[in-house]
Amino acid sequence: MPLIPVMLWTDALVFILLALGVGFGIYAAQHEHLRAPWRQVLHTRTGVITLLVLSSYALLGILDTVHLRLKLPSTPATAPAQYAPEVVSLLDLALHGLRERQEKTYSAPLATHLFTKEVIEQPDGTLRRDYPRLLHGGRHLTAPASERSADLFWRSLRGAVKGLASWALLTGGILWLIARRRSEPLAQYWLTLRRSPHLQPGRTALITLAVLMSIGFIAAELAAAYHLFGTDKVGEDVFYQALKSVRTGLLIGTLTTLVMLPAALLLGIAAGYFRGWVDDLIQYLYTTLNSIPGVLLIAAAILLLQVYLANHANEFTSAVERADLRLLFLCLILGVTSWTGLCRLLRGEALKLREVDYVQAAQALGVGHFTIITRHLLPNMLHIVLITVVLDFSGLVLAEAVLSYVNIGVDPTMNSWGNMINSARLELAREPVVWWSLTAAFIFMFVLVLAANLFADVVRDAFDPRLRQNEK
Amino acid sequence: MIAYLVRRALYALPILIGVNLLTFILFFVVNSPDDMARMQLGDKRVTQAAVDSWKQERGYDRPLLLNSAATGTAQFTDTIFFEKSVRLFAFQFGTSDAGRDISYDITQRMWPSLAIAVPVLLVGLALNISYALLIVLLRATYVDLASTVLLVALLSISGLFYIIGGQFLLSKLLHLAPISGYDTGINAWKFLVLPVLIGVVSGIGAGTRWYRTLFLEESSKDYVRTARAKGLSELRVLVRHILGNALIPIVTGVVVILPLLFMGSLLTESFFGIPGLGSYTIDAISNQDFAIVRAMVFLGAVLYIIGLMLTDVSYTLVDPRVRLQ
Repeated sequence: MPLIPVMLWTDALVFILLALGVGFGIYAAQHEHLRAPWRQVLHTRTGVITLLVLSSYALLGILDTVHLRLKLPSTPATAPAQYAPEVVSLLDLALHGLRERQEKTYSAPLATHLFTKEVIEQPDGTLRRDYPRLLHGGRHLTAPASERSADLFWRSLRGAVKGLASWALLTGGILWLIARRRSEPLAQYWLTLRRSPHLQPGRTALITLAVLMSIGFIAAELAAAYHLFGTDKVGEDVFYQALKSVRTGLLIGTLTTLVMLPAALLLGIAAGYFRGWVDDLIQYLYTTLNSIPGVLLIAAAILLLQVYLANHANEFTSAVERADLRLLFLCLILGVTSWTGLCRLLRGEALKLREVDYVQAAQALGVGHFTIITRHLLPNMLHIVLITVVLDFSGLVLAEAVLSYVNIGVDPTMNSWGNMINSARLELAREPVVWWSLTAAFIFMFVLVLAANLFADVVRDAFDPRLRQNEK
Repeated sequence: MIAYLVRRALYALPILIGVNLLTFILFFVVNSPDDMARMQLGDKRVTQAAVDSWKQERGYDRPLLLNSAATGTAQFTDTIFFEKSVRLFAFQFGTSDAGRDISYDITQRMWPSLAIAVPVLLVGLALNISYALLIVLLRATYVDLASTVLLVALLSISGLFYIIGGQFLLSKLLHLAPISGYDTGINAWKFLVLPVLIGVVSGIGAGTRWYRTLFLEESSKDYVRTARAKGLSELRVLVRHILGNALIPIVTGVVVILPLLFMGSLLTESFFGIPGLGSYTIDAISNQDFAIVRAMVFLGAVLYIIGLMLTDVSYTLVDPRVRLQ
């Protein structure tokens, strides 16, 4: 085999999360009362656009989650296979060029020369202090000063054309499939799509897809020959760092919820349903946890983890594994600080639902507690869970950046927007300013969080029964 | 009322004990004082003698829960649990791992924290409420639509960028305010302008959105329709009726965070070099000073519980329907 797959802890959890998501999707598709709100989400323009943006982030994240170790080329063909010690992901392989093309130090976005002056030896043997050419960025140009703008323009144009061409192919394929299912000629379906008011979301989706794919292809075309967002202090490509950080951001936003969900569901429902001393105990538990300032609890936990890691350094084979454990631990502890809100909401809802007629009737008929909870309470609370999960997501992504600044976030060796901001912060004091690391992190984070916030609004409008009644 | 408050204060006691036990377990049981000492003194190549003397200087050399060497009550009092955890209840925070008096530091540092937190709260409140009222007054116009977009965008920007961007733009490029630092007494104002401004701006997104929802919810109620039907002007309906009734959630929402203002803002203070409790906490975390972290955890919990009690009291003050017994 040319590679062996590596499964990190967080990878396994991501796959569980994906499986849960797919399972829920299949379940929801079979039940009309669950399908209706999703249809409402997809029938708003914001819902469609944000869902596509979020999906492209998710695609990057999933590609970056499949980890493996490559086989080393062995000289005698019969020798036992040796595998590289370095763990890489599919995204790393796809961005191979970006990862390899290291410069010496800072360079501005799309630059052809280094950011700092160096002593260069001239062909005639004299020495001169100037900005040296980059090793990789714009290497193909012979006279960078005059050719660069034209080259950038043509590359962008080529990227846009390629993007639109692949979009046309993809759209054609999808439309052809739909037309065949509806047994209509493609041309006729195309006309329907352009005119019918019912297919407005479909049109929005196609236009969004066209924009996203053009941006993607232009970025790829430019990044192939330049450093799109420049390079950082040690000459690493900033665009690559920003792309790698996507996984960290998404993981913190989603895994935290996944790990807190069982506790919040179990305790919240138990408190509201059984009342009495169970309720007292659970309320005591979450008031106690809530009264500790969140940052301090996270700090305490991370400090303890550091002590543990320092004392058990030999148990980890690679730095990737250690960073991964820290990320998982961070998700856990963020989950501990954030489950109380959901727990309180669920408790309130359970208190309300247990007095509802059909629950009373079930109790009178002698149905067991477990059945009542799973058949009658849980399905009626899922909208609260979903809304909370979606609303919390953007806050958690932003929290990661703040925690990394305080040094209690993810491992400093791990790619994350927080670490990018943290290391770029002091560079603003340089003259002239090194602004690109910060800008790249800002753009990637802003787009993700904005999309998540808008999506959360749409989801809340569709799923919250109170809001739905208001409209009618 | 008094009886209710006393009972609430008694309820708070088990919560504080819980917080205390939790921090005790986290800091002394999960990791032994030996681990802490090694971490402070620099990992592996530390002799046991150095660890022991570090522990002795800071009083971590006692047994955890029960001192069998001592006699009488000293069996329980001469332990880490009593010295480091129980004493917190009397607000005896002891000395930090670096040897400073924590109580003194806290009383010194809480004023700069308040000097930033209070103006941010008041200015932010005034600005957010008036902006939200304006949006509700002009609802279903382009102002409303544009504001909605603007607020979501403001909400999606990380707090770090507000600070970094504000410092860069206003201090470095325009030279309007010093980048960071602090001064004593009245001279501090010029160091406070920028942090307060940034604090207010970064809160607009979330704050205004929340007040807008409140006002919109209120404006769909029957008494508002009655007020309009009486022929009152829209402005009068908005200020007198809607704002008046929306004050209940606004006041109780503000009251609950009042005590926590003492804790200061972690990010703002450390970015602007302001010697408040927020930067104190951050420094303690980065220096891994467990004694300060423990003290701040306890202080935070106390202030949070006070906030909850104040909320209950404020309900009776602003909403005559609520009676405490």
